[in-house]
Amino acid sequence: MPNLEHPAYPAADLLHLESLVPCRESQVSMLLSIFGERQQFSFPSIFIYGHTSSGKTYVMKTILTTLQLPHVFVNCVEYFTSRLLLEEILIQLQSCSGTEQTSPVHCDTLNDFVRLFKQALTGRELPDQTLYIVLDRAEQLREMEANILPAFLRLQELTDRNVTVILLSEIVWELFRPNIGCFEPFTMYFPDYSIGHLQKILSQNHPPEYSADFYSAYINILLGVFYMVCRDLKELRHLAALNFAKYCEPVVRGEANERDTRKLWKNIEPHLKKAMQTVYLREISSSQWEHLQHDGGEPGQLKGLSAHTHVELPYYSKFLLIAAYLASYNPVRTDKRFFLKHHGKIRKTNFMKKHEKTSNHLLGPKPFPLDRLLAILYSIVDNRVAPTANIFSQITSLVTLQLLSMVGQNDQLDGPRYKCTVSLDFIRAIAR
Amino acid sequence: QQIQEDLNKQLLDNLVSFMSRTYSDFQEKTTEWTCRMKFREIPTAALVLGVNVTDHDLTFRGLSDVLQDNITPYVALLEAKDCPGIKNLMQKLMGQLMNCDIDVDSLEDEDCVQVSQNKIRCSMPSLISWYESVTKKTDSETPSKKRNSSSKHWQSPPVVVIFKDMESFSTKVLQDFIVISSQHIHELPLVLIFGIATSPMIIHRLLPHSVSSLLCIELFQSLSCKEHLSTIIDKLLLTSQFPFKLGAKVLQVLFNIFLYHDFSVQNFIKGFQLCVVEHFYSQPLSVLCCHLGDTKKRVYSLSHDQCENIRRLPSFRRYVEKQESGKQVALLTNDSFLKEETEKLLEDLHVYHENYVSILRCLHVFTSSLPKYPLGKQIRELHCACLENQVWETEEYESSLQLARMLNKTDLVTMLQQCVEILMLSSGKEFDKTVEKLKEFLTQFQNLEAEASQERDVSVSSQKELQKKTDLYHLQKTLLELKESRRSKKLTKFEMLRFDVVDYIDKLVRKYLVPADHRTLHEIVYFNAASVLRGHLNAAPRTALHTALNNPHWYLKNQALKCDGGGISNKAPDICIVYKLHLECGRLINLVDWLEAFSTVVMAAEEPNADAASLDQVDDIIHARFIRAVSELELLGFIKPSKQKTDHVARLTWGGC
Repeated sequence: MPNLEHPAYPAADLLHLESLVPCRESQVSMLLSIFGERQQFSFPSIFIYGHTSSGKTYVMKTILTTLQLPHVFVNCVEYFTSRLLLEEILIQLQSCSGTEQTSPVHCDTLNDFVRLFKQALTGRELPDQTLYIVLDRAEQLREMEANILPAFLRLQELTDRNVTVILLSEIVWELFRPNIGCFEPFTMYFPDYSIGHLQKILSQNHPPEYSADFYSAYINILLGVFYMVCRDLKELRHLAALNFAKYCEPVVRGEANERDTRKLWKNIEPHLKKAMQTVYLREISSSQWEHLQHDGGEPGQLKGLSAHTHVELPYYSKFLLIAAYLASYNPVRTDKRFFLKHHGKIRKTNFMKKHEKTSNHLLGPKPFPLDRLLAILYSIVDNRVAPTANIFSQITSLVTLQLLSMVGQNDQLDGPRYKCTVSLDFIRAIAR
Repeated sequence: QQIQEDLNKQLLDNLVSFMSRTYSDFQEKTTEWTCRMKFREIPTAALVLGVNVTDHDLTFRGLSDVLQDNITPYVALLEAKDCPGIKNLMQKLMGQLMNCDIDVDSLEDEDCVQVSQNKIRCSMPSLISWYESVTKKTDSETPSKKRNSSSKHWQSPPVVVIFKDMESFSTKVLQDFIVISSQHIHELPLVLIFGIATSPMIIHRLLPHSVSSLLCIELFQSLSCKEHLSTIIDKLLLTSQFPFKLGAKVLQVLFNIFLYHDFSVQNFIKGFQLCVVEHFYSQPLSVLCCHLGDTKKRVYSLSHDQCENIRRLPSFRRYVEKQESGKQVALLTNDSFLKEETEKLLEDLHVYHENYVSILRCLHVFTSSLPKYPLGKQIRELHCACLENQVWETEEYESSLQLARMLNKTDLVTMLQQCVEILMLSSGKEFDKTVEKLKEFLTQFQNLEAEASQERDVSVSSQKELQKKTDLYHLQKTLLELKESRRSKKLTKFEMLRFDVVDYIDKLVRKYLVPADHRTLHEIVYFNAASVLRGHLNAAPRTALHTALNNPHWYLKNQALKCDGGGISNKAPDICIVYKLHLECGRLINLVDWLEAFSTVVMAAEEPNADAASLDQVDDIIHARFIRAVSELELLGFIKPSKQKTDHVARLTWGGC
């Protein structure tokens, strides 16, 4: 394993850094060699990508803080407009340069930003050091004004200062490239953690009252169950913390010692499987899960989120929804056959219905006009229905409940068209 | 009118108390959550409320009030229509939070807050800094003034954000908001509440796993609106406290709207209020519809006209006809005698209500457990049936009695016990005897049980005997004997008693559940104009429009407009003529033909014998009138210009229905 070596930084700091970022040594050393010494100009912009929770943000943060490099760290989701983003960078810049300027910053355009940025940098004590601006979740930049992303990529050139912009994202650079062309950043890939890596990282933060071996054995079991479905480090850590108490139970009760892994495994395995079906899918919340563990009760008594699928609807709403479903999935030409009283050829229609249903379900719902919906409604409801305002308002309330959706928001006079968005199972449940 | 006002108030009180019950468990949960937030999850409550969206507003207001009183001063209510983007959401959120802060301590810093509010940066850090400053301030100044408030809310109260209608929020906004706030959960203890109208599956549909894993969702199901309705009915209609009552047909209309259309308790209450207003407005004698205590005073302050009104009531006339002739004359001529009599009758009516309600509940206990529910599962159905006509004459009642005669003993005993409890609770004095009678039945049942156990011993012994005998013929004989004896015995003891009970209940029903129409002076407290109510509540825009255009006399009340059915009168407004002509056409209407037809109709009156030349050329004024009428129709949505043929318009309706 390559030890981190760099002439610019003291060895103690580097060792500490290495202990903090397990399984990412090669990436860190690469980054450090790109950064160079404190005063050296670095690459103007670096683009780092990798899958969810491959440690991009964490690695960047630890490098910058342990080596005490001047930096600004901004999450682009949080600062959702360009103005907020730029102002936040300037505010952080002020606070990290130590000058206590309490005057509120106003920065609407990128031009202002470059000017203010220069001003802020000249006032600093360490003018020569490279300043790092880290933009997390950089994919949001694409949705801001067109000039933001290219400008950040060549900020060094624009401001004529020693600055490096680092973009962190989950998607590849090819999806970023604006069509007018821009400065190509240095791209770098963070691969996913392997199962060995996960094991190592998760074992690292074991609780103090138990030995590291004991905990890593637990992690081993946990990964055995969950690795198939989930490789997200955060999620795994969450699950590990949730189920550890259960794992320790025999030890606490004195039935098994810490070495007795087989016994412990037998105890925890069904429990973990249950957890996979419930907590992982957020069917029941983690706090409810912990309550269950305390009481030792069966999770059967706690119904998950998806257990409550039944929806109570008023009488006519049910019929409206069924009519909408029929209108969405049956072609118009069959209406006459299905809904008129005297159509004759029953055998043929049945055959046709079956045949068409399958194909139409694959195609998805089709839009239909309001009049057709009402006509079908009148034919499927037994008694006479007055076309009162209540019926019409029910249609709109179904739209707000997202059971129907409006297609094409053109003129109201033009006869609105709707689509039915619920599934066949739902309709079956209602129709009963 | 005053009665009506406090009726409304009581209604709301009922609702609020109802709601607070629902949320009591919820609050406990929130307190727990705030303690544990180690996993960077946002505690979230998913509140499944059912589809009656109109009720939600009140529910959420009640919820936020309760939260504000008990847990935290920081509650923000967000609605989907205010938050099309994340920016608007943050603005709204901050505005609400800072405003409610002003409400909490609106003393010294009011002006500075108002200044800063205009140019505040709507982002999470500013929210956090605001939160820190607020909590610090309350910490420092607690000893002096906010003793009670800070003892109620504890050290760092959570910020509760309520999303009123989860379904209508755009997914992106929600996702962004959750991601952002999960990053600051340590600095800002946030609690989210999702109001869900359909099913909790919507959370999974709206949020991807990466986002929903940031939430710690707990589900709360509010009571279904049907149960909600039955509590309201219990408290409003089935008590003797409210003097105002609804007739059977009106009740049926309200229930139909509720069940068929919107499930909205709010609308039900509105309908009820409308009934109250309509009743007090249209019925001159409704002054007498008040609490029993006030009746005496009001009866004596009646004027002569009002007395005449009483005499004109059909139920009162029926009552008079039954009296002997001397009393008849007195009732019809002497006002003061009439007043005394009225007071007595009103008191009777009141007593009748008290008895009615308790007996109705008893009957409900019996019928609600019968198979197939011949008289309805809910008490409201029973109530309607009893109001409508004499319930013991209906087939359903017969069949339910039949079924009741087949009940087994344990059920019967528990029902009787329930009935005794109900009757004990009711204030009517006449029920003492009834209760005694029922108790007597109960003891008889217990005796029967003792006897039955003895009997069982006997039968067991006989069975033992039976085992001894091996002869086939004897065996058959004893078996037959045994069977016969069993049947006859049961009929004599248990079944007799059961018949007695059912007959007694039947007698009670016949005595007390007389429909209200048969009572004298029922018009004073019962509102029965169902058709009026239906007209008010079931708006039918298409029908109304059609009537207006087809038959303008209906609305304009102009004698000249009164037409004789089929023909098109030329005196009608232009738009009516145009409308009627367009009804005769197909999907596409030729404008030129239409204009010609229009001009013939209009000209027919003005110059009946005009020559052919002038008919050919349409008058400019008529042309203008025609164009105006057509554009009015377009505005009303009956036609639109079509692109298929230039001089045609397309019909949008398939004939006003």
